[in-house]
Formats: sequence, C-alpha cells, structure tokens
Amino acid sequence: MILIVNICSHNLHYFEFVKPIEDVLIKNNFEFETRFYKDLKPELISEVDKVIISGTSLKDNNFLKNLKFFKWIKGFEKSILGICGGMHILGLIYKGKIRKQQEIGLTKVDFKDEFLGLKENVEVYELHNYYVESNEFEIFAESRNCLQATKHKNKSFYGVLFHPEVRNKNLILDFGKLK
Amino acid sequence: MKCAVLFSGGKDSAYATYLTKKNGHDISCLIAIISKNPESFMFHTPSISKVEKQAETMGVPIIIQKTKGVKEEELKDLECAIKKSKDEFGIEAVVTGAVESAYQASRVQKICDNLNLDCFNPLWQKNQFELLKDIINNKFEVVITGVFAYPLDESWLGRIIDEEFLKDIKELHKMYKINPAGEGGEFETYVLSCPLFSKKLRIKKKIVSGKIHSWAMEIDVV
Repeated sequence: MILIVNICSHNLHYFEFVKPIEDVLIKNNFEFETRFYKDLKPELISEVDKVIISGTSLKDNNFLKNLKFFKWIKGFEKSILGICGGMHILGLIYKGKIRKQQEIGLTKVDFKDEFLGLKENVEVYELHNYYVESNEFEIFAESRNCLQATKHKNKSFYGVLFHPEVRNKNLILDFGKLK
Repeated sequence: MKCAVLFSGGKDSAYATYLTKKNGHDISCLIAIISKNPESFMFHTPSISKVEKQAETMGVPIIIQKTKGVKEEELKDLECAIKKSKDEFGIEAVVTGAVESAYQASRVQKICDNLNLDCFNPLWQKNQFELLKDIINNKFEVVITGVFAYPLDESWLGRIIDEEFLKDIKELHKMYKINPAGEGGEFETYVLSCPLFSKKLRIKKKIVSGKIHSWAMEIDVV
C-alpha cells in the first residue's frame, strides 16, 4: 500500500496537489491511503510499502515550520517520492539548505541518467519559489536554473522539484512499481 | 480565506466557485474578463456579458474588466482586475477553473505571486468525465452556448449537460477525440442554475449564428 502524505494547509489545495496523484494511482489499480502530515501515526507508517509526499501552493510554506512532523523519514527503510514541497522536506531532513528560485510553467529538464523512467531532455511543469540542496542526495536532473531530480545516496528516497502529476504521470507509476 | 473567482459564466468557473464555498472559503467577488478577441489565449468569450446576472443571483459583487485580447497584453488587464479586487475587497486568494491548460494556469500563478495572493485551482488535472458527472450530480443546469469543432453542429446549441449529453459526448470522444469537457475549446457553456444561485435563470431570447462546425448562441437571461 502506498501512503500519500498531504502537506496542503487548505483543503481546497488538496484538489490541485493531491487528488491528481490519487487519480494516477486509482487509474493503475494501486492501493493507497492519504493522510495530512500532522495526522500520521507510527503504526500506519510501519505498515506502508511506499510513501509519496505531495507538493502545495506557492504561498503555502507552513510545512517548513513543522518539520518535526517528518522525523519519521530518517528511520523509514522503504521508498519515498517527494514532489516539490515534498522534495524540500526530504532535503531539509538531511541537513539541506533552502535556496530561492522561482520557476512557474512548462520548462525543459536534462536528465544525466535515467530517473524513474525519465531520461535525456524532458518537458515538465514547474510551480515553486524554492529548492533545497543536500549533500546526501545525488542530482539526476537540472533545468537552466536549478536541480530538478535527486536521489538519496544510500536510501530509496527520490525527489522531484517539478510536478509529475501534471505532465509526467508515468514517473509516479514507475515509482509505484519499484521493488 | 477571502477569495476572488475568475469567472466566465461557464461550467468550470462556476463549479470551482461552488467547491470554494463548500470548502469554507468566502467568495468576496467574481472577476470576469471580456475579451474583444474571440481567439483569446486566456479567456472564453461567448455569453460573457451574462455573468452579471449570475453574480446578481449569487449575491456576489463582480468586477468586469475589458481587454483587447492581445496575447500577453491581456495578462496586464487580468492583473489590473485582480489588483482591483485585492484593493476593493481585501481578497487573499484567487480561484480559477483551470483544468488542463498550463498556459492559463501558469500565467495566473505568476500574477498571484506578484500580488502576494494564494491561488486555488480545484479542477486542476481533473478527469473530464468525472467533472461532467460532478456537475450533473451537484444539480448544475448548464446549457451549451457554442460549438467549435467537427462533428459538433448547430443541433448541439441549447442542449443541457445531463446523462444523455454525457453518453453522446463519450461517443464523440471515442470516435473523434472530442474533449468531453470542452477543454480544447470544442464547446462553450453557460450556467443557468446551481446550488449557489438564489433562483434559476431562464433564457428569454437567443440569437444563433455560425456555419458548418462553428456555432454560437447569444442568449439573454432573466
């Protein structure tokens, strides 16, 4: 079962940042549950096979003030996909530094190696004001402005700054199929 | 939050308004952009002058902004209208009915960010058949006011989005790849009634014009 962690402060943002991820999983018969990040119970985390941490809106940075709710990540031994804000969280949990960089709309990203099915030059949808750099993550892709896809050097933790639920839905499928 | 909805009078922006209210936010005002360019990259045009009637029956103020509809210049007009809604109504967020268009969504996101406003897109990436079903199930009465793609013709004007419509559009989607929610500009809609309206609007007069696979129905409502 996949756990989707919703980081949106307003329920109305759920429809934009979480439901499209759920729709990809429903369409491809994946079992999942969605929880708000403040409502996660250790028992649930220990039961799930994978975790997807959603993004949220440009103005919603509440999760940055609440990183204590993500301490479980360090002890998690299965796969995580962090999308945009979710990627920020992964990096910050591993001593990353937050940097300002706005990208909004469609842009091209270069993958130096295959990353959850994406390779070479790919068009993606961006919606962020920041990104996070952490030495514990290897960079797999960059846009003209900043890093776009990273993987933890020792764990199965993937981060994408762009929104695969908009233009690269297969990336979510490839993550769902990871052994 | 106090929200302004970018409102065209059609099903998507009306359903986005409904979801906003349902999720506990205030609709402080509607913003309608009247484009003189029927080919506008940003805005839908048919029946847009009727949005005032819809705003009235919702009891919500409306800001009408005219634009020549020249690419990118119309964005300045949109920003101007959103700024006006911030100054006049103290809005904290903008709501759109964007479903698929990265062009529209990203431009509105940039404007909101410039004006320090949040931006809600509750229909973003929504399955088009699911959207039509939600509209029917939530008792929206939506009429087709324009068709702009093969094999749609004059006979579709005035049709109501109901189960029969859903069945027919599914067929056309299968055969001709017609987008079931008209997201590709295949058809335009006008909302006559929905749970936010204090009364049903009625078509008083209609003028049909067009040819072959491009038809519009201008309506007067009461």
